[in-house]
Amino acid sequence: MSGIPHEPYEPKTGFTRWVHSRLPIGGLIYDTLTIPTPKNLNWMWIWGIILTVCLALQIITGIALVMHYTPHTSMAFASVEHIMRDVNGGWLIRYLHMNGASLFFIAVYFHIFRGLFYGSYKAPREITWIIGILIYVAMMATAFMGYVLPWGQMSFWGATVITNLFSAIPLVGESLVIWLWGGFSVDNPTLTRFFSLHYLLPFVIAGLVIVHIWAFHSTGNNNPTGVEVRRGSIEEAKKDTVPFYPYYVIKDIFALAVILLVFTVLVFFMPNYLGHPDNYIEANPLATPAHIVPEWYFLPFYAILRAITFDILFIDAKLGGVLAMFGAIVVMALAPWLDTSRVRSGRYRPMFKIWFAIFVVNFFVLMWAGGMPAEGLVPTISLIGTIYWFGFFLVILPVLGVIETPLPQPKTIEEDFDRMMAEKAAREAAVRGESGGAVATPAE
Amino acid sequence: MRIRTMILGAAAAALLPVAGFAAGGGGHVTDVPFSFEGPLGGFDEAQLQRGFQVYNEVCSACHGLRYVSFRALGEPGGPGYDAEQVKAFASLYEAADTSDGALPGDMRPAIASDRFPANEAVGAPDLSLMAKARAGFHGPMGTGLSQLFNGIGGPEYIYSLLTHYTGEEKEQAGTILYGNETMAGGWISMTPPLSDDLVEYADGTPATTDQMAKDVAAFLMWAAEPKLEARKSAGARNFVFLALLAVLLYLTNKKLWAGVKKKGITPAE
Repeated sequence: MSGIPHEPYEPKTGFTRWVHSRLPIGGLIYDTLTIPTPKNLNWMWIWGIILTVCLALQIITGIALVMHYTPHTSMAFASVEHIMRDVNGGWLIRYLHMNGASLFFIAVYFHIFRGLFYGSYKAPREITWIIGILIYVAMMATAFMGYVLPWGQMSFWGATVITNLFSAIPLVGESLVIWLWGGFSVDNPTLTRFFSLHYLLPFVIAGLVIVHIWAFHSTGNNNPTGVEVRRGSIEEAKKDTVPFYPYYVIKDIFALAVILLVFTVLVFFMPNYLGHPDNYIEANPLATPAHIVPEWYFLPFYAILRAITFDILFIDAKLGGVLAMFGAIVVMALAPWLDTSRVRSGRYRPMFKIWFAIFVVNFFVLMWAGGMPAEGLVPTISLIGTIYWFGFFLVILPVLGVIETPLPQPKTIEEDFDRMMAEKAAREAAVRGESGGAVATPAE
Repeated sequence: MRIRTMILGAAAAALLPVAGFAAGGGGHVTDVPFSFEGPLGGFDEAQLQRGFQVYNEVCSACHGLRYVSFRALGEPGGPGYDAEQVKAFASLYEAADTSDGALPGDMRPAIASDRFPANEAVGAPDLSLMAKARAGFHGPMGTGLSQLFNGIGGPEYIYSLLTHYTGEEKEQAGTILYGNETMAGGWISMTPPLSDDLVEYADGTPATTDQMAKDVAAFLMWAAEPKLEARKSAGARNFVFLALLAVLLYLTNKKLWAGVKKKGITPAE
């Protein structure tokens, strides 16, 4: 499976040989688990496993919730309260699912920004990147529809605002929205179809995740240097890599334990922190909340949607906002072709580093703007943020590759790893107060 | 590293929109140091009983509690009434009679397995989830993070609403509105419901307006989150277990990688 040379699977017992000659599943599992992985990966490479765990958590808690939930406008809200009060451990399952969505998005944003900084999207990993963006889009659709299911005030009004966006599409918009709703407003048919799709999409995501993993297992992982693993021979590859199991499995499980520790604080001590109090009021089509806000993870894109407050030629402001919001994700998907730099990792790109930092700051500014009422300076700030978002992908990435002088890169991953270890040893020696003890003497 | 500081600063600043999420009240909210706040806080059983008494004798005239079962009054982590008391309280309310031969609309005295009736007689909101449907606190700096220790401020909102009538009245479209510092907009259609010694507490606590408001706010927090104590104690156990596990995994990981790292600092031959 992997393009990096490694020892092939050898079935050792009679039984495994028998199975292997009929279905090479042992080899598949062996190759997947022992895949040679760059040994210099830093802590930003843990998020993939965290995300896989999030998906499993959401599917498992979700299946349990469905056993008690009723997708009907007159019963949905009450059935969630039934889960919270009457179902054994129901409060735990529901709070895990509710906050699990937030953990999922925290992890995916770290994962995406890691990919952007270290150039993980660049050749030959474009397909991994594109599949990743598809997963992200599917996650957003799933989360949006899931938020509608408890049928609280924010569920209902969030659904109304977002589905109404499609009415901006010329000619077919109005009909499309009625088709989406299954009626003339968000109502029971909307709730039941969102429920159906909310149950379907996670399995689509699971399928995409398999393709995502397949793709980067074929190209090999990127790493903080962006320098490829040497592939001349197994011995050479071994100098740059360690097998995924046990090295990264244990490292990732340790990271998972730390993240679950933080997640525990959220779920058990402040479970409604990231929610909106209005969603504890049952949906009421006759009472609009004072301030409709989406979940926190949608806020940057919600800000982009609201940033377009003016008509551009024949595109009116509403359509412009919708196009900008979807376009913001499309330009991200095109990053592999917009980035012209020959250097993969941002670590060796002095100018890129600064523009990237502004990009991350800008993401948080947009997030803030998306949560504020669209008045005063907020629309202007959103517009500047939107321009920077597009500018980063459409102007900065292509231009930087031409004008930037990259720093020297290490020749191999091994070289980078050895340098890191030597620096670490020197730091530790300095802490111990051993002057001049730059490199610890290794016991051979 | 400057860039990292810059990004972290922005991340912290972006937590500010949480203040926007938590917009539920608008007016004045007084902090009350309730026993159920903080990661280890639990309900005060005597206070829940007093609060239930206030709901039962005063609020229930207009407000329903449709998601709360009578049996919950006797379950762990609640007011802690015994089975006989729960039955007696339930029988004060009515539930739809669905037995054989009953006609639609027939009522019978409620039993422990019934829920408190919805009460839509005067259009007053149901109180089952009121303590979670209002936010009083958004701090510090609008991040809302203080709710780890203070809660979201829903019970404080209820307490403040009940104790911050200004005494002013006005008529609007045939309805009398009462001035209230906590209510968004400053006016509420609910008559000031509490006055000193309106109820007589069984435990002898002086029934001041302030005391009754605190007690009923605590009761409504329990009504909104009856599994709060189970949740927090499970959280504390989880936290300790995960912390230990994390330490063990840290040591495992360190030992596992020691060999690879040692090779790393060996000068390449």
